[in-house]
This record gives sequence, C-alpha cells and structure tokens, in this order.
Amino acid sequence: MAKEIYTKYKMARYLRKEALPTALCPGCGGGTVLNAFANAVDQLKIDPRDLVVVSGIGCSAWIASPYFLADTLHTTHGRAIAFATGVKVGLPDKKVVVISGDGDLAGIGGNHLIHAARRNIDITVILVNNFIYGMTGGQVAPTTPFGAKTTTTPYRNIEHPLNIAEVVAEAGASYVARWTTAHVYQLIESIKRALQVKGFSLVEVISQCPVQYGRRNKMKEPAEMLRWFLKNSIPISKAKSMSKEELEGKFVIGEFVNRQRPEFTEELNNLIEEVAEHFGLGDEDAD
Amino acid sequence: MIIQGDEPEQIRLLRKLYPKGNYFMQGDEAIAYGAIFAGCRFYAGYPITPASEIAETMAKELPKVKGYYIQMEDEIGSIAAIIGASWTGLKSMTATSGPGFSLMQENLGYAIMTETPIVVVDVQRSGPSTGQATKGAQGDFFQARWGTHGDHPIVAISPISVEDSFWETIRAFNISEKLRIPVILLADGIIGHTREQIRIPDPEEVEIVYRKLPKNEEEAKYPFGDVDGSLIPPMPLFGRGYFTHVTGSTHKETGLRDVYTPEVHIKLVNRLHKKIEKHEKEIEKWEEYFTDDMEILVVSWGVSARPSLGAVLKAREEGIKVGLFIPKTVHPFPGKKVKELAKKVRAIIVPEMNLGQLILEVQRYVNDDVILKGVNKIGGVPLTVEEILREIRGV
Repeated sequence: MAKEIYTKYKMARYLRKEALPTALCPGCGGGTVLNAFANAVDQLKIDPRDLVVVSGIGCSAWIASPYFLADTLHTTHGRAIAFATGVKVGLPDKKVVVISGDGDLAGIGGNHLIHAARRNIDITVILVNNFIYGMTGGQVAPTTPFGAKTTTTPYRNIEHPLNIAEVVAEAGASYVARWTTAHVYQLIESIKRALQVKGFSLVEVISQCPVQYGRRNKMKEPAEMLRWFLKNSIPISKAKSMSKEELEGKFVIGEFVNRQRPEFTEELNNLIEEVAEHFGLGDEDAD
Repeated sequence: MIIQGDEPEQIRLLRKLYPKGNYFMQGDEAIAYGAIFAGCRFYAGYPITPASEIAETMAKELPKVKGYYIQMEDEIGSIAAIIGASWTGLKSMTATSGPGFSLMQENLGYAIMTETPIVVVDVQRSGPSTGQATKGAQGDFFQARWGTHGDHPIVAISPISVEDSFWETIRAFNISEKLRIPVILLADGIIGHTREQIRIPDPEEVEIVYRKLPKNEEEAKYPFGDVDGSLIPPMPLFGRGYFTHVTGSTHKETGLRDVYTPEVHIKLVNRLHKKIEKHEKEIEKWEEYFTDDMEILVVSWGVSARPSLGAVLKAREEGIKVGLFIPKTVHPFPGKKVKELAKKVRAIIVPEMNLGQLILEVQRYVNDDVILKGVNKIGGVPLTVEEILREIRGV
C-alpha cells in the first residue's frame, strides 16, 4: 500500500473538534489507535452516522469517546460491552464499536468480554492493551507482564498476565486479531476486517504507555517501547511451531480466528419471526 | 423495533394475544404483562428469586410482540444493556431482587446522570446478604432511595396487589418516559408469588406516554439542555445522525464532559432535582381510607398495605376512629400530605416488613406530640390483620 505523507491530518474530519485537543499524554499509543480506526472507517467508506462507539473508563476509553464524531456512549468502568449489547439489539443495522483499555475490558469487564464473544453478538471491540492502569496512576493490570514494576507492584509483579486474544478466540468470537502500535498498516486492515465480520470481533492492540508503564520499566521514551514491540513480535504462523518457553515475554501477532458462526441479533430477529409464524401473529390476519 | 407510530399493529397484537378479561396470575407475571402493555420491548436480566418469573414471562411473551429478551451474564450487565437499548429508542426494563439491585446501583446512577428512561424492578426479599432468599420483605426502601452515590432524585413506586402490579408497572414506564429518568418498581416477593384474579384491559384503555424527541437538528445539539423550559431535554436517539455524546461524567448541555467548572455540575445536578420537584404532583400517588374523622392514622406501603386495610376495617367495626394512608409512590415521599393528615391525629402507626424504614420518612413530617409507632415484622412471613389491629387498639 502506498504510504501518504500528510501535511494536514486528513482524518480530522472524523473528529469532534470541540473536544480537542485530546487528553492523551505525548507519546501515548492512543493516538495511533484513533488514527488507525479513522482510517479503517474512511477506507470502508462507513458513514459515521451508521456508527455507535461505546467505551468504558480510562485513557483508552477516551480514544473514540468523545473524540470520534459519531454517536458515542461513555459508560461506567468495565461495562462498555454490556451497554453496547443493548445498543446493538436496538440498532442491528448499525456498526457498534467498543474501544477501551485492557483494565476496563479484560479486568473489571472480563466477564462481559467473554460472554459477548460466546453470544457472538455483532460488536467490534478494539482493546487497547498497554499493560497498565494509566489514568488512575500506573497500577498493576491483568495484562502486566510477570516481573514488571507498577505503582502497586513496586518490587515486581508476581501474577501472570491474561492472554486476551486467545481467551476471546476460545470463547467463541467470529474474528480475533492482535497487533501492536508498531504495526499500523496491519492494524488498519484488521480493524477493517473486524468491522465487516458478522459476529463478535476483537482487535487487541498492544500499545505504549511511556508515562506509567515505560518509565517504571526502563523504557522512558515512546520509541523505546515501539522498538520493544517490534523486537518481540512473533507472527502467529511462526508462533505455532514454538514452545511455551520460547514464547514467554513475546507478543504473538496476526489473526487468531476468522470464522462464521450464527450471530446473536440476527438469531434474535429470526426467533421473533418464527414465534410470530408459530402463533399465527402475522399481518395477514389483521382483519 | 417498536417505537411511537407502531400502535395500531401493537394494539392488534395485544388484543389477539391477551384478550381483555379476567386472568389468574402471579404478581411477577402481572409486572411483565404491565410492561408489555406499557410498550416495553427490551428486557435484559439475570435470574434471581423471587423475581425470576418476570424474566420467564418476558422471555415467553416479548418475541410475540416483536420485543427482545436477553439473559445477561450478571445484573450489572443487565442494567447496562437496558440503558444502551433505551438510547436506541426501545422502552426497556430489568428485574431483580435485593442482591442484584445492589449490583445495579452504580449504573442506576449512570441512568440518572444521563437522563435515560428505564424501569428497574426490585422484587424485595429478606436480607441482609442472601438472608432468606425465598422470603419476601420490605427492606430495600432506602436502598431504592440512596443506593447509588451522589446527590440524586429518584422515583420509586410500590404496588399493593397483583392487579396493582400491572397498573403501577405501566405508570412506572409512563413517568420514566415523560421525565427521562429511571423509575424503580419496588415490588416484593410475597405479592410477586401470590396468585390473584386480575382484569386485563383492552390496550386502548391503557394510557401510553412516549419520551420527547428533538424537533430539529438544533434541539438535538443539546441532549442535556433545557431547550423548552420544561427542564426535560428531548432525547436525541442513537442512529438518527445527531452525533450525540453521552457520558456519566458531569457534562455540559451539549453532552461534552466538563468536570472542572463548578457551575456546570451545579446547574446539571440541580436541574435533575428540579425536574422531579416540578412534576411532583404527577408523580405522587396514594390511597386514603377513613381519613375524614380519624384520631389514629395507619401509614403503610406495598405488601403490608392490605393487612393494614383489613385491620383498619376491623377497628372501625369496633368503633375506633382510624384512617389509612398508602403511598403508592414511595419516593419522592408524599410528605406534605402526611404532614396535613398528621395534624388531625394523636397517633400514627406504620406497619412494614422490616425493622423500621418508612417510619423514618413519616417521622420527618410529624410533630413530637403525635405518638409514632411501627409495627415491624421480619422473618419472611407477612403481617397479619390481627398483629396490626392489636397495635391500633393499644395506642
């Protein structure tokens, strides 16, 4: 794909200008995710009027809500997917997207995440994984690497991180991919695919938080974190032939699943039609 | 999707499915049918005794009227889903009992802050904690009022019979839609599980209220602004191309977050309170018996109201001048009316299935020279006429 150099941010037309500038720290990966999402929407020619973006609480929750110019629902901590479930049932023909962080979606909201995948409701989740609770001050997250330092693991993290993409794939999602903010073009392609898949889709984006994570783990500069991502990323095809020990501390990237399964809102509406037929409730006997 | 304008089709369906006449059903079922008659077409819930029959009835009936039922993974998800669905224009409800109601409290606050019309049913059971999970109680009076955090108004309605459950559920939806607020139906496990005869009306006998929508693009720009002086902003629904932003954080009239300007918070939270105060007369509802010549007043609510009426009738037979006041809207509490009635009596008796909750609200409106006495019973067995009568005789 030809790479364009912009003198002006072309995607700004997708942003809610009165909400700018963003609250994100310099060097944050959130801007990359917003950029990738806007590009995916632009390339697919999706009318933002056909989009509802839902998010929870935290830095990553701000990425598209309020900044993206669509209907946006900024919800309580961890509950974005549950709110989005109600939105999707009410608006089955719209694209419902959840953009939020790892703490929000996989920590406090982990239950909603796996059940939405199981239900296979047609929602696209962009999960920004920066290994840390950023907005609350750098506390340990369910994704913090083993041994890493955070404000609540000042000596070292003695818990094991959750492998979100694998868990969601196993739970039954239609589409799961993982990239890092150092893989922008692949990320855009995956978001596009996720938006087009009928069913639950998850794009996990490993993203840098130089301020809360990098600073405490010998990667103060954003670029150092991106180099760390590139150095440790293993394509999923290659990872399949590697042992668990070899994969320790690596980021497996690529598409985890891409499959068709009956989708929830479609099934729900089919069921309503079946019930109407079963009970003879159709319009034909209106008189 | 069932929104305003679908009435002819809905009336046809309701008439066909539930022809008017007498039915024999539980309070929980009556709540579900009331919701369906009120136009509820989205239900998300999580099973819990003694509220599960509401979910079961909704699962069975909603698809017939083109409505959606979804069983969520927990109560937090349930209330979240109905808030999401409400923003698409669906009239939405969830039902639970005490422990589940506790889990819903954070998002109840979210619905208040975002002015989202939803109905939350709490079929009260005995507590604290798992308590007597299968037994009825009236211990959530204050959880309904103050369960969520921050300064907030709330509307809670408490039905006194199975038939009342049907009509009060409809009223809960109408108030919720009219004022753009969550409304709590504070039911209880005893009425919820009691079977009684109720009359199902013709759908045209039921008054249905729909939320106000923006008249134009300009109004839609202020989803939280008092655009017409009613204090109730029109609700720009999702999917209509308005680019609405909704947040539980303190927001300006446009919906954009502003947590730094004190005036923005003060104005928003005060308006939320004022819109309830302004419409208090329409929200308040009560029943009164023999209050003209009374010397003693019984104030009772929900499941305890009927044995209270029984006791009052028997006391009257004995020549005791006793009256009865039953608040059907328990929050906001009809304090002015109680104050007025309290001036006429020497004693007030408050029967309820807890160790004294409504009585504290009554106390705020009663002078010290009036004897105020609770008739309190816990353990899951409803109050009897005799237990209440004994107290009436005693004062």
